[in-house]
Amino acid sequence: MERLSENRRAAIWSIALLFVGLFVWEISISAQAVNTGELTEYEILTGAGTAKAGVPPPSEVAVKAWQELSNPFYDAGPNDKGIGIQIGYSIYRVLTGYFLAAIIAIPLGFLIGMSSVAYKALNPFIQVLRPISPLAWMPLALFIIQDSEASAIFVIFICSIWPMLLNTAFGVAGVREDWVNVARTHELSAIKTAFTVVLPAAAPTIVTGMRISIGIAWLVIVAAEMLVGGTGIGYYVWNEWNNLDLTSVIFSIFMIGIVGMLLDAAFGLLQRRVAYVE
Amino acid sequence: MANSFLSIEKLTQRYPDGKGGEFTVFENASFGIEKGEFVCILGHSGCGKSTIMNILAGLSEPTKGVVKMDGFAISGPSLDRGVVFQNYSLLPWLTALKNVTFGVAARFPNWTKQQVEEHSIAFLEKVGLLGDAIHRKPSQLSGGMRQRVSIARAFANEPKLLLLDEPFGALDALTRGTIQEELLKVWSGTDQTVFMITHDIDEAILLADRILLMTNGPLARVAESVEITIPRPRVRTDIVEHPNYYAIRNHLVQFLGKRSAELAGQASAEGETHSPQTVRIDNTEGAGDAQPILQAVMT
Ligand SMILES: Nc1ncnc2c1ncn2[C@@H]1O[C@H](COP(=O)(O)OP(=O)(O)O)[C@@H](O)[C@H]1O
Ligand SMILES: [Mg+2]
Repeated sequence: MERLSENRRAAIWSIALLFVGLFVWEISISAQAVNTGELTEYEILTGAGTAKAGVPPPSEVAVKAWQELSNPFYDAGPNDKGIGIQIGYSIYRVLTGYFLAAIIAIPLGFLIGMSSVAYKALNPFIQVLRPISPLAWMPLALFIIQDSEASAIFVIFICSIWPMLLNTAFGVAGVREDWVNVARTHELSAIKTAFTVVLPAAAPTIVTGMRISIGIAWLVIVAAEMLVGGTGIGYYVWNEWNNLDLTSVIFSIFMIGIVGMLLDAAFGLLQRRVAYVE
Repeated sequence: MANSFLSIEKLTQRYPDGKGGEFTVFENASFGIEKGEFVCILGHSGCGKSTIMNILAGLSEPTKGVVKMDGFAISGPSLDRGVVFQNYSLLPWLTALKNVTFGVAARFPNWTKQQVEEHSIAFLEKVGLLGDAIHRKPSQLSGGMRQRVSIARAFANEPKLLLLDEPFGALDALTRGTIQEELLKVWSGTDQTVFMITHDIDEAILLADRILLMTNGPLARVAESVEITIPRPRVRTDIVEHPNYYAIRNHLVQFLGKRSAELAGQASAEGETHSPQTVRIDNTEGAGDAQPILQAVMT
């Protein structure tokens, strides 16, 4: 028999696990459905059966997914928009807050990485601000900005700035002195040195920070949108929960996972492009 | 000496010793190097060779003293002084060719991209790098090939002074041999001055016009300047037959083995200048029977 490659075997295992998982889920739900038939009148009156019966089997989620994904961009009023529109809003907020953070974090990180005075001066602020949960900023943001959309973007901004800032500073500070000396012996200007030597040398570390940031931003946007409401995947999840439509809740949980994975994969690709072997 | 192409005048380097005091690597070191000369400096590890080289490169400042090139005191690095670092210092995200064009483009900013590339390829060829290899990243090249790229980068910039810090230290003996010959090839025919650190006596004899010998540190001295009285072009297998070869070699071995330690660690009086003694060893016919084997001349 031909030996299968490691990747092939892993893929077979993944698919098998998926089917086992779905199967266990499906039969455990239908077992419960049978149970509900044997409920006493008292149990039915107290509603013991209904909540459990509300958890849908995967087949129902799959049908829901098919419906939603076959028409993702419909817009039938504030409480009924396609999943594509909701995810679009979330991605727009994440990317806006994220790029605003990058525009500030990367140059500032460069400065901190290059100058130990700047590092020492800014470090206390960073150390205090960084551990603050981004959602803790929300009330203050809502009060000052007076706009829920902008507040959500601000929360994304504040949560994605730290990993980028620290990784840029760390990457820049760690650039081998020999490489900087190569730039110096070639009489490169400070700007030229920054772009042709320091940036490519620190790029892998910087992109790692960017990748961590986008992951955190995607985690935070769901919670932020649950708070500010209106649109977005976080709002969608909360809205469907209020409608007790657990099928939609489970479907949107999957979508959150998949979008997060794609965002991460995009940065993984970028990471591979800037990587180098010493 | 003060009129030399490169003149090192009363150079002193001190570092904090970590216990609140300071230690002196070398003090009032003075010597000169002529235009077009190939000078090697030999000395035990830690005596301060790299420190001197970094000062010549302008990468670090001495505690005291000046270095003049063409009569002007140097300050900071310059494209006139090319450096080959011990660990190659190639930029790992660039291909071999791009590592060289990087330098050439900085040196000749008015050249077109094509001129830069042709010039770079020509120099890579001179050190024996051809074809596919020049489009590979340093990590995909052997140690010898990396050092060739590094040498090509330095020479392609046509600096007046080339500084090499133990360029072949990490290479095996066979590779070292070929690259030494390639180095001689790119250098000969130019009027470039080379200052090279090495810890290999045979390498120094093969390459140098003159060898500077340093005593052990701290308070190291450039104690002697030994002329290599073996005519060029030199070929490794031939020079060992030359009557001066073993005489010079013995002198160097004796110095590094014994005298470098005996002469070490003497503090000097204020303002005293330490210049190396010139040593000329010549056993060839016509050099004169009356001439002593070891002739020390104060400079
Ligand atoms: N930046 C520095 N700070 C303190 N001491 C140093 C520094 N650089 C070199 N030294 C010391 O100076 C001496 C000479 O070093 P170096 O020039 O590298 O020697 P070599 O190249 O001859 O082996 C060593 O004792 C080394 O520890
Ligand atoms: Mg050294």
